[in-house]
This record gives sequence, structure tokens and C-alpha cells, in this order.
Amino acid sequence: MENFEPEIVAFCCHYCAYTAADMAGSKRISYPPNVKIIRVPCTGKVDAIHMMKAFEKGADGVYVAGCLEGDCHFKNGNTRAGYRVAYVQKILEELGWEKDRLAMITMSAGMGERFARTAREFTEKIKELGPSPIKQFNTDTHQQAAG
Amino acid sequence: MKTESRLEKVLASGALAVTSEVGPPRGALPEKVRQKATLIKDHVDGINVTDNQTAMVRMSSWAAGVIIKQMGLDPILQMVTRDRNRLAMQSDIIGAYSMGINTMMCLSGDHVKFGDHANANGVFDIDSVQLVQTVRRMRDEGKFQGGADIDTPPKMFIGAAANPFADPFELRVMRLAKKIKAGADFIQTQCIFNLDKFEKYMEMMCDRGLDQQVHLLAGITPMKSVGMARYMKNKVPGMDVPDDVIKRMAGVSKEEQPEEGIRIAIESIQRLKEVKGVHGFHIMAIEWEEKVPQIVEKAGLFPRPVL
Amino acid sequence: MITAEQKPLKEIIEYISPYNRILLVGCNECVTVCAAGGRKEVGLLASALHLNCLKQGKTIEIKELTLERQCDPEYVEELVSEIGRVDAIVSMACGCGVQSVAARYKETPVFPAVNTKFMGASVAQGIWEERCKGCGDCMLGITGGICPVARCSKHLLNGPCGGTSYGMCEISPDVECAWCLIWERLKALGMEKRYEEIMEAKDWRPAGGGGPRKIIREDLSL
Repeated sequence: MENFEPEIVAFCCHYCAYTAADMAGSKRISYPPNVKIIRVPCTGKVDAIHMMKAFEKGADGVYVAGCLEGDCHFKNGNTRAGYRVAYVQKILEELGWEKDRLAMITMSAGMGERFARTAREFTEKIKELGPSPIKQFNTDTHQQAAG
Repeated sequence: MKTESRLEKVLASGALAVTSEVGPPRGALPEKVRQKATLIKDHVDGINVTDNQTAMVRMSSWAAGVIIKQMGLDPILQMVTRDRNRLAMQSDIIGAYSMGINTMMCLSGDHVKFGDHANANGVFDIDSVQLVQTVRRMRDEGKFQGGADIDTPPKMFIGAAANPFADPFELRVMRLAKKIKAGADFIQTQCIFNLDKFEKYMEMMCDRGLDQQVHLLAGITPMKSVGMARYMKNKVPGMDVPDDVIKRMAGVSKEEQPEEGIRIAIESIQRLKEVKGVHGFHIMAIEWEEKVPQIVEKAGLFPRPVL
Repeated sequence: MITAEQKPLKEIIEYISPYNRILLVGCNECVTVCAAGGRKEVGLLASALHLNCLKQGKTIEIKELTLERQCDPEYVEELVSEIGRVDAIVSMACGCGVQSVAARYKETPVFPAVNTKFMGASVAQGIWEERCKGCGDCMLGITGGICPVARCSKHLLNGPCGGTSYGMCEISPDVECAWCLIWERLKALGMEKRYEEIMEAKDWRPAGGGGPRKIIREDLSL
């Protein structure tokens, strides 16, 4: 799995993480292309089913990036998102998946550097965990067939 | 006299009554019951036999009560509404009475959660007040709870419990009144450590004239150690152990603590003897029955009246 | 309303392991309100079951459907067109819904995906507490609007017992003593005297002691 390039979905709040990503771009701070950003009006809009569907469709890792604690544009959307992430982590655990494939991250709009660093770190973590269990099965059978 | 109960006779004579208790063993060990009863037999007018106390399975209270009765002593059958419905309780009451048991205590019982069968369902078909009422109607009206006549009704001298220290304090005397109204002849209280508060309770009780309607036995428990005092204060629901009692226990060496606990018990009895409405004492020496004679003697409650 | 909680996934997975085509049925009533078996939870459970199968390199067909009310034959009838196309039904409704579906479709196995808990009310967002035991003989009118049958751990009708501390029940510092609540409420209403009236032993027949209960309203029948 040396050349494993994970697919990562990041649900980014329009008011912070998404803007931070933009800033990282304009400042030419690079971050891994593995991270696919989905812009949301607030992380409070991200439901458990969205995270689940991302995994179902093959994501190796998913994170929700919202505003710093107390800074939500809609009061407490980020807090709610945090609870939902924890809820889905529980489902993943029940299914025997690593719960670290899912994370809640917070930052402000001005933190371009933090956005890039987070994207790098999360990508590294998922590389360590390896492909999603869905793909692991496909690879295992593929290797068996090849062997 | 309503019954043949020795406790009723002692109380009627105007003497201060003394009761204590025996917790039945967790096994088929009749000898254990006899041993415990023997330790206290000359110093009490009645022996409470607890009913699966703290929701742990033990020899049934009526069977242990019969063993004690066969020793020529006077068991007080405790019955909790937690483990049996009204059919089972009434049949046990008739059965116990048929074996010579004539005094009983009606209780709700600790929640099953506290015992070793936490997965059991608590019955609570009726509550302690309704059990008092049931036993009274069995005796005085000769009727089962369901309304049918009893052929030769059991004549039980009826006891109930009171905790003067549980919340809300203002309700406690009203609750006592309710138990008296239901038919309680005597009351045994929770362990008393906060004497000031208890005296206030007794004052409220006497103000309502309840001391004329019921015999109240004050609950006394000697403490073995400061650890036990702290445990009772913090862990036992509805228990009131004031800080100065804990301080007093902590003020002596570990070896002297048991003696100090007994001294506190004796002093408590001596003070409460003078309180209007206190008609006796119920000494709960938990797994320490051998100390009951000493407490009774030093508190000036010995010898017990001969009837 | 009736409250419920989803069963552990492991149990649900075990139920459906022999089957490939599942009809997953939610209910729009109580279990939707307590977020245990509504449309949203049907979607989430389907997704979790898919993830589980994908992990083993299998696929499973899950048809998601949420009925208006699963405890009503009228709505249960709506499943009829799906029945021949599935191997098993998983119901996310309360026990009443599961049984209505099972009674109507006798040839298809039906499995529950939730544990039905109690009749409760929402005390805060995401928190439900038991309020009613359905004893069939409501006494809230004389207990100040607080039910001792449902809310006293020993359902004492002449409480409180001696285990109350600081207004809380002996079983847990998180459970309020129903009798302390009743007493406070009676005081607020100036009805303290009522406390001393003895409540007689309860007739448990209407509560289910007389066997399974039934209501017949002839004026409503067709």
C-alpha cells in the first residue's frame, strides 16, 4: 500500500474552513489534492447521513471543518456538528471500522496555514490507516486472484 | 389487648420496650439463626427477623422467625412488599401466625437495584401503608384484602417503620400519621444519630397527639468505626449522621472506636428515654449482635420485664 | 408518546444475515419524534447495513420505506406491492408497528430494529423521561399531576419511602423522588391535607393484570 492515495471528503463551513482553504490557495500554501472539499453554509447543516454516504461511496476519510468554538455564524452549528461526528463515529465502531476515519476540526477564516496543515495531517493519518474497509476487501480478493 | 404479642404487653404495661434484630443467613443454616438469637434473647422483648434485607436473598423471614419461636422467644416478622404480591403476603401472614408468630413489621423494602439480583422485577403490588391496612383488616375485620372472610383470622400486632430524617422533613410526621391511620400499633424508627432533629420530630408528633395513638421505638445503631460512620452519612440513603458524631469517633484511636460507638449508643438511649412519646428502643447492631446485652444493661434497660 | 432506541447494529445484522433483499420500514409517528425509527433513521440504518456488507465484499438490496403510521392496518397495507420482492422486513417502529406488519404479512419474516422503551415526554432536546405506565386508571387528578405509578421507583401510592435524599430517589441521584414532587405541588396548590388520605391498594386489572387490554368503540366501527 505504499502508493495508496486516500480519498478524503472535507465538509467545510462557508464562513471559516472554506474561506481558510481559499486563503491557503491565494497564499500558495499547498495541501494534498486528496482532500475534496464540499462547501456547506454551516457545519450544522452536515447530517449523519452525509458522512455515512461519503463512506458508502468509497471515501477513506471524512472530516467536518467548522468555526472555532463559540464563533459559529449560526450560534451553535459547529457544536451540533461535533455531536453528530461523535454519533457517526459510534456507528463506525459498531461496524468494526476505525473511528479515526472521521473527525471534527475547527478553525477560523484567517487560518489558511492551519487549513493546509490539517489537510496534510489528516491525509497522513488516513494513509496510516490504509484504504477504507470497503476497498481493503476488493484489494484482498484482487491480490488473492493475482497470487 | 388486640393480640398475644409479648411486645404489646410490655408496651401496655408502660415499661420502655426493647427490640433488636437478627438477619437470617444466606444459606440453609438454622444454627446461625439460633446463635444470633441466643446472643440477645435475655435482653429484648422481641426479635425482628429481617426480610431479604438490602435486597439480598436470605433464609425467608418467616422460616427464621419460626426457628426463633421454637426457641421460646418472640420473633417480629418483617415483611417487605418488594418481593411478594398481596396473595403471597397474606398467605405468609396466616402461615406465620399458625406457627405462633404474632408480631410483624410492614415495610416497602430497599429497591432491588441495591441487592445481588438487580435484574429482578420489584413487585410492589401494594405499599407499606396498604400492607399495614391489610394486616389490620385481616385482624380486626377478619377479611382478606380481596374482601372475603377469613376462617380464624391472624391476630398480628402491627408495626411500621418511620424515617424522621428523610426528605421532606415537614412531611415525615404526616406520613407517620398516615401509617397510624392505616392501623400501625407500633413504630420502629431509622437509626438516630441526629438527636436534636429527632427531638424536633417527636415534638411535632406529640403536638398532633400521635404519641397517644402509637408506640414509638427509637432506632439505635452502635457504630464500629469512624469509617462506618462516614459510610452511613454518605452512602446510605435517608441517613443523617451529624459531623460532630463523626468528629467524636475520629477523635479516639482505631482500637477505641468500637467502645466509643457503644458509648454514643448508650448516651443516646439515656437522653431519648426522657423524650415524650418514646416508648422504647429498637437496637440494630449490624453483624454485632453480641454487643446488644452490654448496651441494654448500661443504658439501664435491664432486666426486661417478666410477664 | 412511545419512545424507542435503535438496537445494537450487531443484533440487527445477525437477524438479516441469511437474507439479500430487505424491506426497511420506518414510522412517521412516535419513533420519528424520538429519532429512533423515522425516515432519517431508516436512511442511516440502511447506510450502516450497506457499509457492513461492502466491508465483506457483498451487496445487499435495501428498499427504504417510511409509513405514516405502522400500527394502523390502513397504512401497513401500503407495503403490499413490495412484499413479493423482499426476503425479510426490518421494522423501525415500536413493538405495535412490528406486530401490525407481522400480522399482515405472515409469509415474510419481520425483525425489530429498535427496542421500544416507555411512554415518555421530552424534558429537553434529546432527552426523554418516562411519565406514564398506562395503568388504565389515571390518578393524576389526586396526585397533583405527577404520577407515582410511573415515577416512583417502587410505585408507592402512599410515599415517599425512607430513601429520599435532597429530593432525589434512593436508586440514583439523577432520578427525582416522585413523592417529593407530589408534595411540593400539593403545597403549591394548597392541598397538603390530601396527602394524609390513604390511597387504597390499586386494582391492577386495568393496568394489564387482567390480561391483554382492548378498547372497543362501537360508535367508530364500520
